[in-house]
Amino acid sequence: MGSLGQVIRRWLDERFGLESLLQFAKKKTVPVHRHSVWYYLGGMTLFLFVIQVLTGILLLLYYRPSPNEAFESVQYIMTHVKFGWLIRSVHSWAGNLMILTAFLHMFSVYFMRAYRKPRELTWISGMLLLFLALGFGFSGYLLPWNTLAYFATKVGTEMAAQVPLIGKWLLVFLRGGEEVTGATLTRFFGFHVAVLPGLTTILLALHLVLVQKFGMSVPESVERQWTATGGQRREMPFFPNFALRDLMGWYIALGVLGALAALMPWELGVKADPFASAPAGIRPEWYFLFAFETLKFIPAKIWFIDGEVLGVLAFGIAGLLWLLIPFLDRKPGERWRVFFLGLGIFVVVFMAVTTLPTLIASLMK
Amino acid sequence: MTMPSHPVAEESRAKSRRRFMQVVLGSGIVASIVSFLYPALRYMIPPTTGELGSDTVVAGNAKELRANSGKIFKFGSKPGLLIRLRDGSYRAFSATCTHLNCNVQYRADMQRIWCACHNGMFDLNGRNVSGPPPRPLEDYAVHLRGEDIVVQRKKAG
Amino acid sequence: MNMQVRCWFTVLLAILGCSAFALAADQCLLCHQMLEGKLKTPTDTWAEDIHGQKGLTCAACHGGDANTDDMMKAMSRAAGFVGKPARSRIPRLCARCHSDGAFMREYNPSLRTDQLAQYRTSVHGKRLAAGDTKAAVCSDCHSVHEIRPASNPLSTVHPLKVAETCARCHVNGEYMKAYKIPTDQFAGYQASAHYAAMANRGDLSAPTCSTCHGNHGAAPPGVASVENVCSTCHVFQAQLFDESPHKKAFAAMNLAACIACHSNHRIVPPTDAMLGTGPGSICLNCHVEGDAGYAKAAQMSQSIAELEKALANSDAILDRAERSGMEVSQPKLEQGEARENLIKARVNIHSFDPAKVAGVVAAGKKLAAKTYRAGREALRERDFRRKGLAISLITILVVLFGLRMKLRSIEARQAAQADEANKDSL
Repeated sequence: MGSLGQVIRRWLDERFGLESLLQFAKKKTVPVHRHSVWYYLGGMTLFLFVIQVLTGILLLLYYRPSPNEAFESVQYIMTHVKFGWLIRSVHSWAGNLMILTAFLHMFSVYFMRAYRKPRELTWISGMLLLFLALGFGFSGYLLPWNTLAYFATKVGTEMAAQVPLIGKWLLVFLRGGEEVTGATLTRFFGFHVAVLPGLTTILLALHLVLVQKFGMSVPESVERQWTATGGQRREMPFFPNFALRDLMGWYIALGVLGALAALMPWELGVKADPFASAPAGIRPEWYFLFAFETLKFIPAKIWFIDGEVLGVLAFGIAGLLWLLIPFLDRKPGERWRVFFLGLGIFVVVFMAVTTLPTLIASLMK
Repeated sequence: MTMPSHPVAEESRAKSRRRFMQVVLGSGIVASIVSFLYPALRYMIPPTTGELGSDTVVAGNAKELRANSGKIFKFGSKPGLLIRLRDGSYRAFSATCTHLNCNVQYRADMQRIWCACHNGMFDLNGRNVSGPPPRPLEDYAVHLRGEDIVVQRKKAG
Repeated sequence: MNMQVRCWFTVLLAILGCSAFALAADQCLLCHQMLEGKLKTPTDTWAEDIHGQKGLTCAACHGGDANTDDMMKAMSRAAGFVGKPARSRIPRLCARCHSDGAFMREYNPSLRTDQLAQYRTSVHGKRLAAGDTKAAVCSDCHSVHEIRPASNPLSTVHPLKVAETCARCHVNGEYMKAYKIPTDQFAGYQASAHYAAMANRGDLSAPTCSTCHGNHGAAPPGVASVENVCSTCHVFQAQLFDESPHKKAFAAMNLAACIACHSNHRIVPPTDAMLGTGPGSICLNCHVEGDAGYAKAAQMSQSIAELEKALANSDAILDRAERSGMEVSQPKLEQGEARENLIKARVNIHSFDPAKVAGVVAAGKKLAAKTYRAGREALRERDFRRKGLAISLITILVVLFGLRMKLRSIEARQAAQADEANKDSL
């Protein structure tokens, strides 16, 4: 048995330089300090993404992307296909959890300022991955073609129309027409299973390669502490120590997903009727609530600009600035550190305040 | 460092503990993988209930209906009415009366579709001809596939 | 002729032409539009009147000459001017055209032409013939100068508007004093299921006054014919009633069939409390404890209550299953079928035969039992899932425990190696 393994190793090494890869893997370490618990979030997001791909492929075996059959096919999966309820609920829950861990991962990187040189592109690819994850969420939400999804998509795409200059074109592009119809469903399905996965694969590969290249970043405060005490950097080998810990986290995640699927299965709702009036309290999924609630509070007209247009523009610019943070936070100095720290806290608090009350209220119902 | 009392015994105890741990971990991992793979594999086997088709359904058997009779069949989540006319041909309609949603029935004596709730009457084309119903019954396409009578929703427009 | 003369000639011709055309239009209308008050009011709405739209002039009903703008000529006796027709003459005035088949064919061949004949059989017509000018005539219901076809939602005789048109007189206690009939019909009707269908759901087929009383031949149906009227829609109930002992009994007591229990105008949505021997029961209006009818009422009421309970039970279990996340849309659909049996059972009450009711109830109970079983099955599936979850959670815990142990042993070994290295370097 051992010699077969050695034969394969040699075969691969002669062609792909396996030995140097294995050496790299052996040498890879992870810094250990009081903030290193946040390091698990990236791997957790990746794990949940893999879960999404696997359960998504399984769902593809039965799902039908047409308005006549979408709802019925999901109902079929939930009721007739063996363990269909499990696959579907896991897919819906893991999707939401993935977006949650992605946000946590992004904020932890932000507060640890891990985006500084040389990791700027890692941050940018990561932010783009976050936008893609939100795109996955938005496109996937429509696929069961139930009432909530239909009207949430209607409202969401209407906001796209508020983008100045290209808004109308963007709306038609997203909807596959003027209204949300079967064309929208087909289009969103194409985005969800082909376009977004393709883009994600490329960006994810880039992101992971960059992380391997530059290793894990250490927060400045910890660096200072280490140089001050003159001691060794405390490092943990990635294989097997960190990897086993990662694995434990993933098993816990599996347990949580199983429990959620069995005890709090994802709702199916009622088939969408485009001609019925929208039910009260239509809102998008929780990860868009901060934008939705903020836009609700902006007055209809500020000066001569339409309130919603201003809101969408503001969010766009904010998103862009956030994307370019590594290029904005370049100067050294305590004042800058405090400024960006304050900015980060403001963003987190703002998003929490605009998301949590509505979310809790709807969960209490 | 304190010296172990029996280095060999200690060594073998440690070895057996490690072996035990390996067995526990190995079997745990295998069991967990099975508990993940089994549902996934079972899922991939198509259920026996077959065609999901909410647009198409087998409404009955060619031998089932005599001429000038009708039967109710399930079409997705709503009832449908399959009629066999005097000349042997088939018609199919939604069985939900357009007045107040009672189930209609075929009246062989009048060769009409009748709603018992308020005496609504539809003709053999589903058109509302008498009584309260305001609209005709939705009609479906009927095809014969071997012995099966297949009813299909008509495409819009 | 030179150019200038030609131009002026054309203009003159145009003016003359227009005047000629103007003179051909309804002069009555043009003049009265410029007046005030009561003489102007008819012109305000004439554009919406179907007669005006079809090209009839004022003279068609009022006589006179509509082509001249000379008031004396237009409204002269010689030209046949009648002025405001007397109320007693209005039916015959309208019938001059509306009973003329050949004439009406030129405008709307499918319109009936028997309105006057019907009217003469109605209470209104008879009273008018007897000299009572308070009785309703054509213009009271159809309006005078804004008559619209009945299919027009703005028409006073549109199915959704008929009741309020009749109520204009029939609710007015003062107006109706001499006739010694109640004036609570409209109020009663407004509490009825028929009114709810008409006013709230806009159901054009919902019974309104004219549905049961007739429109032109309006009269209350006689005691013997009430059942015929109701049975035009409520066929099953009437058929069952005809086979029941109540038919002969009611006829003997000169009780109108349906009205005796359901009232004529205040036909409220029926409840199960109306049946049986409890409070609110209508059966107790005639039956007393000990008689055969009393026992049958109790039996039927009991049957129906049992079916309701069975349905409630299976509803409850299906709801429980649904709340735990199980998908039970199919059994819920079948539950709808089971509920139809409840409706059928209630219809079968009109046979006043407990056996008939029991038969339908039994079928309903069978279906309810089926859906109950489906609910139980769903709960069993839920328990199976929870057990499966428990098993996989246990395997996960075992793995976590194993991983932790492995990690600990690895890290202990690594620490020992590091210690060794340190010791060596010392």
